[in-house]
Amino acid sequence: MQPILELANVESSYGPVQALRGVSLAVPPGKIVTVLGANGAGKSTILKTISGIVDPQKGQIRLGGEEIQRRAPDWIVRKGVVHVPEGREVFSLLTVEDNLRMGAYTRPDKDGVAKDIERVFTYFPVLRARAKQEAGQLSGGEQQMLAISRALLGRPRVMLMDEPSLGLSPKLTKEIFNIVARINGEEGVTILLVEKNVKMALGIAHYGYVLEVGRIVMEDTCANLLQKDDIREFYLGMKSAGARGPRRWKKKKQWR
Amino acid sequence: MLIYKATETINFAQGELMMLGAFFALTAATVIGLPYWATILFGIAVMFVVGMLIERTVLRPVLGQPAFTVVMVTIGVGYMARGLVMMVPAWGTETHGLPTPFADAVLTFGEVTVPVQSLAIIGMTAALCIVLFAFFQFTRIGVAMQATSQNQLAAYYMGIPVRRINMLIWGLSAAVSAFAGILLAPLTFVHANMGFIGLKAFPAAVVGGFGSVPGAIVGGLIIGLVEAFAGFYLAEGWKDIAAYIVVLVVLLIKPSGLFGERTLKKV
Ligand SMILES: Nc1ncnc2c1ncn2[C@@H]1O[C@H](COP(=O)(O)OP(=O)(O)OP(=O)(O)O)[C@@H](O)[C@H]1O
Ligand SMILES: [Mg+2]
Repeated sequence: MQPILELANVESSYGPVQALRGVSLAVPPGKIVTVLGANGAGKSTILKTISGIVDPQKGQIRLGGEEIQRRAPDWIVRKGVVHVPEGREVFSLLTVEDNLRMGAYTRPDKDGVAKDIERVFTYFPVLRARAKQEAGQLSGGEQQMLAISRALLGRPRVMLMDEPSLGLSPKLTKEIFNIVARINGEEGVTILLVEKNVKMALGIAHYGYVLEVGRIVMEDTCANLLQKDDIREFYLGMKSAGARGPRRWKKKKQWR
Repeated sequence: MLIYKATETINFAQGELMMLGAFFALTAATVIGLPYWATILFGIAVMFVVGMLIERTVLRPVLGQPAFTVVMVTIGVGYMARGLVMMVPAWGTETHGLPTPFADAVLTFGEVTVPVQSLAIIGMTAALCIVLFAFFQFTRIGVAMQATSQNQLAAYYMGIPVRRINMLIWGLSAAVSAFAGILLAPLTFVHANMGFIGLKAFPAAVVGGFGSVPGAIVGGLIIGLVEAFAGFYLAEGWKDIAAYIVVLVVLLIKPSGLFGERTLKKV
């Protein structure tokens, strides 16, 4: 199947700091693809480069075959790629409802927006109760729900999600992930998910990439990734049986 | 292109924008011979465009720079505006009067006589505040301006055309300043340094609430008027502290400013 979103050898920098060193990945339509990696690996930079917040120095980003790199962020949103940023970034002085309206900024259809606001309230009923409250007064979990809802209001074809579990309790993380899976299943939204909660991410995603210092070092279906020793050891904290130390080093060299 | 989370900044050129607006209105009245109401519209319209041009040419290049840089740039804009006005032959360094239809009219309520001038200023200011409030609360563009001033990065994520919105914010801010300048012209007269007596950006920002665009604009209007009235009606010296008395009162009643954040930021 032709991927809906595709990165080819993308390199991005912040001034002298090169954050992406040639990243290639493909997101098939209707699927959830996850990018895993440690702090500073460049996960957020991948998403920011896709949504036009950071321009890549090299490489191509294609959406449905069309090159979108170095376009303005609002152009990319209009094309159907919406970013749920790391740390939620809600408009803290606007009401929950106005935050949702801002999510629909690019849409001209008022009736459709009103309907969609109702629909996200069925995903997150707590937001309906808080609709007239300032977003800054919401709890962290509620703000995350708002950030996801706000992105849905943009009617995305592809949703970029940056660590939705950040700072949430395990229970709430589970709830949010259930809804992410429903958004993918029921709305048919393709999702590129960045996570440090590897277990949860591999649980709902179909395909996964592992990023290390700006490079993809491993990729596979999530079912296979869950079986890999390195993943089990470093991301899931499970010790594999036997003394595998030296062998791991050899493997690691192959990645680079 | 790399977009940083922008810090909200204070526009220190607001007084000069007010002064420019008054000069444009003056020119419309004396050279073109427009009636009073038309000169107000003319001054506002011209300054709306001037505000957008300033954003486009001077502020956009420093977009994403630290707040300090942006503040310095606005101060620089203020200096330039004063310098330019003094170079224009018909404007120069003299003090001009802007004719108004209610120059010497008074209303008498029993014992009390009130100049129509003052009533008109207060009435028009109140009307403008209501219009601005409705604009910021109920229109899509108005809400987007608030959103952009609160969290520029998030505005980009939502597909809000941040540059265009910033340009409109500057246009609007300059237009409102012009309105204030034209209203105040009968009290302060029109001259190159009228910006000093007019809007003081800092108290205006405090009154309105830091980081709030409607706050800065409405706060600027209130401070400007209070100062001008104090200068006109109260004893010498009151003018300079009147603004700070307003600041104190607002801080006592509502410490976050009229439009400011009511709660602490969630992390
Ligand atoms: N605005 C910035 N300016 C300079 N360097 C940056 C900036 N943002 C990120 N970096 C650097 O780019 C690299 C990748 O950062 P990125 O935020 O993409 O990592 P990440 O994988 O999302 O990490 P985390 O899991 O901690 O969120 C890091 O070395 C980081 O220090
Ligand atoms: Mg990150």
